[in-house]
Amino acid sequence: MEKEKEKNTNSHKIGRRDVIKGLATVPLLGAVAYGLFKTRKRTMLNRDISDVFHISSSDAVFLQPKPDGKQIRLGLIGFGIRGRQLMRALGFVEPSEIDDLIERKKVNPDDTRYDLFLEQDDLNIVINGVCDIFDVYGEAALRAGANSFREGSNGKMGPVPKRYRTYQELIAADDIDAIVIAAPDHWHGTIAMDAARKGKHVYCEKPLTWTVPETYMLHQIVKETGVVFQLGHQGRQTACYQKAAEIISNDLLGHVNLIEVCTNRNTPNGAWVYDIIEGSSPQTIDWKQFEGNPDRIKEYTDYMKSNGLERYMGPEERDEFSLERFFRWRCWWDYSTGLSGDLLTHEYDAVNQIMKLGIPASAASSGGVYFFKDGRTVPDVLQTTFEWPDRDVSMLYSATLASSRDRGKVFMGHDASMEVSNILSITADRNSERYAEKISQGVITTDQPFFTYVPGQSKVDAVTSATELYFAQRGLLYTYVNGKRYDTTHLHLREWLECIRQGQTPSCNIDMAFEEAITAHMGTRAYLEGRTMYWDKDKKEIVRGEKA
Amino acid sequence: MENNYSKSQLTFLVILRLFIGWHFLYEGMVKILNPDWSAKAYLMDSQGMFSQMFINMSSNAGLMKYVDFLNEWALVLIGLGLLIGCFSRLSSLGGILLLFLYTLSHPAFIGADYMIPMEGSYFLIDKNLVELAALAVLFVFPTARIIGIDNFLYKVLPVSFRKFII
Repeated sequence: MEKEKEKNTNSHKIGRRDVIKGLATVPLLGAVAYGLFKTRKRTMLNRDISDVFHISSSDAVFLQPKPDGKQIRLGLIGFGIRGRQLMRALGFVEPSEIDDLIERKKVNPDDTRYDLFLEQDDLNIVINGVCDIFDVYGEAALRAGANSFREGSNGKMGPVPKRYRTYQELIAADDIDAIVIAAPDHWHGTIAMDAARKGKHVYCEKPLTWTVPETYMLHQIVKETGVVFQLGHQGRQTACYQKAAEIISNDLLGHVNLIEVCTNRNTPNGAWVYDIIEGSSPQTIDWKQFEGNPDRIKEYTDYMKSNGLERYMGPEERDEFSLERFFRWRCWWDYSTGLSGDLLTHEYDAVNQIMKLGIPASAASSGGVYFFKDGRTVPDVLQTTFEWPDRDVSMLYSATLASSRDRGKVFMGHDASMEVSNILSITADRNSERYAEKISQGVITTDQPFFTYVPGQSKVDAVTSATELYFAQRGLLYTYVNGKRYDTTHLHLREWLECIRQGQTPSCNIDMAFEEAITAHMGTRAYLEGRTMYWDKDKKEIVRGEKA
Repeated sequence: MENNYSKSQLTFLVILRLFIGWHFLYEGMVKILNPDWSAKAYLMDSQGMFSQMFINMSSNAGLMKYVDFLNEWALVLIGLGLLIGCFSRLSSLGGILLLFLYTLSHPAFIGADYMIPMEGSYFLIDKNLVELAALAVLFVFPTARIIGIDNFLYKVLPVSFRKFII
């Protein structure tokens, strides 16, 4: 009872002891404040590096579509793996694939591929014609081309495009303004040239060409006809590359003297051992067309034979039907440009975009078929070194298709090195002169990147904190830019279409494409012939070095 | 009020309260003082059965403004409350709620792989939960009525405040 009474009363007097007890812990606030003051000073003030690291806060710029642009009527040539991806990036997917995407989302709500596809811009195009020499692909292309409403099976479909049996008929059609080429490498140049002659605008997958002679011809024809040409290096739409170019032009790495770029894959699919598709047979595949254009075949054969490279040809006869060669053509020089054409080109184009190096003065290669001993003639391990003595820089391309160890694109400079992927990070060199003072002050550390650029993040004048770096490296934070994620291939196609509408020149235009193709051919020839290849700038031709 | 604790009991209960208060206050103030801070990355990294809810939350920029604001100021007020012993029971409850939400978004399940690696090894019970339990102890053994501002509030506020607030 006594207690109860006490509990219900508020009549205590506040005495001196109470005041001491009541406020006893308040002084601790001062200690917390001191800690905060020190923390803030360290994290805010000591991270400013704007005096030695000048960079704009602007985000990447992409050519924006203008409203009321005219509809562009497209034709697609090749609906294999890449053709399918390009069509998806254009907004056209087979209904059954949409069903599949919806089903995947049901099973796994984290699978956002369906949402991403629906969110993509409508590019205001229509697919009027498709061409594939394999019936299964040709029919599938029709279903995708008709699916202008992005619906699943039983959904509303648009008009069905016309299927052409030959690309010549497709590029002759009046209801086609522009074409997308996703045929095998040995057909790229020929189709592009013929289309340009017909006045069709061209989006061509990389590599630009299969033989050296056609590279010059295509370059000239595109220039003469003035068609809008875009080579399929979607890396041109990577925000980080634009920032990297700014960093190079602001000289923030010091003199860049070595660049290392790599390809690392370790699956049969990555090594071009693609599935043999059901329904494929001599009846459903037009093998005669697959063989290639006679002029190109002659250029290829002449080059190989005159340089004693017969061992890299075949081994099967060209007119001998083979499902392996049809679906896995990248494994044979008879159709392919190997690692140089397929994968080095992406890396080179990124570097060329960032550093504007142009065609190298020389290329030397080595490698071999060291893992996929499946009868292929193109190497699965390849190293090529390119030199630009006028810029005092080397580039090493190093590739394997049988190890997925991740190696980045690294630009090594006297003051810092820069690694570029979907994010960009810069690490100061411990012997740097530019950053020496900041390093000695402890503002910049050299054991981890001091600056990272993540698209959409504008803070660029301060050292990246450990947590920011951690998130940036995991790439999780900034998948969405301005609330919307874009596929770079979609942006690359969009740029090409907008250039057609607005009369502009795409980022990976025919001059860029020419530089890419010659560079790749130099690397390939250096490998095949076992000697250094040089570029004669004045004569604009590849010159052989002495045989090693 | 009448003090039923032994001297050492009171001493260590107060120390526990100060430590947790200190921790909350500092965490909150650091976030407030960093204009770029956001819980977005942390929430995006959520795992476990409620992960989708937290991930959805993180992708809603409008909502995140409020989430960040509430989280920052809740941390500060709870820390302040515990440190100076003001509304200490309410502060303990608030702290328990926050730590419970952190646990829901980042449960210490086997196989859960978080971006910010934990510095130790945990199974179900991690440091958040230990701190949560400690706050529950502080709630049932209140000390601010003896050492803290609640010493005054205890005397001036209505009795009903004693149950959950002071």
